[in-house]
Amino acid sequence: MVEDFDPLNGFIGGLMIGGGALLLLICTGRIAGISGIIGNLFANARDAGWRLAFMVGLVATPFVWLSVAGDPYPVQITDSLPLLVTGGLLVGFGTRMGSGCTSGHGVCGLGRASPRSVTAVLIFIGVAMLTVYLMPLVTGAFQ
Amino acid sequence: MIRAAAGLASGALFGGGILVSGMINPERVLGFLDVTGRWDPTLAFVMAGAVLISALGYLLSKRMPQPFLDSRFHFPDRKSIDPPLVVGAVIFGIGWGLVGLCPGPALAGLGSLNISVFIFVGAMLAGMVGWRVFDRS
Repeated sequence: MVEDFDPLNGFIGGLMIGGGALLLLICTGRIAGISGIIGNLFANARDAGWRLAFMVGLVATPFVWLSVAGDPYPVQITDSLPLLVTGGLLVGFGTRMGSGCTSGHGVCGLGRASPRSVTAVLIFIGVAMLTVYLMPLVTGAFQ
Repeated sequence: MIRAAAGLASGALFGGGILVSGMINPERVLGFLDVTGRWDPTLAFVMAGAVLISALGYLLSKRMPQPFLDSRFHFPDRKSIDPPLVVGAVIFGIGWGLVGLCPGPALAGLGSLNISVFIFVGAMLAGMVGWRVFDRS
């Protein structure tokens, strides 16, 4: 079970996420959109360095934190292989097609009040809520 | 080299935020998406904090002639709300709702060494390659 509603840690974590986006923007002039950074990882040699370094930081912080502090921040995820593969394929394909995800359109795009990003965010949050609602009806058992 | 250092610091802060906010846990994200069940609004507070600082960054960038380590700011050129934006967001939304992972928390979650996260990220990368192939044909 997840511990309940946690607005304080959520907000503090959010400030940190925004801080990462701010730092990247004022230093490199780039949008901290995760799907764009991975999708363009090796798009050109000049930008491969910071993109790779961003990825290393993104993965290394939780790794080090969880290794040192134990498991105060659990990762609870389905172990259903078909669900993981289908979900992963759709997320990868959809974020590249739609030019962004929760970070690029969400954190960065909403921060610029970009009409494209506001549209994308409303659609993907609405569709995700609908998917969660429909899942038990489709599979009969929600995991 | 210094741009890579800026990338590393930004990614580290971003990953730490995903951890602290609890968004590294798909169960919590699904709790936000499950509006008719035991709804957990934490994600809304994460977005509020993140958008606040990101908006500050955008306002800051408007007052800077150029970023510290590049000759210009690279904001997206596209302005129109076109079919790929809408269809892509729908496809992404379905995948996000199925598992509770989007690209940021999926990558940060690799740090937990949970095998399911690795499977998800593998499929996500395949999906990204799939889009590239589809887009070129």
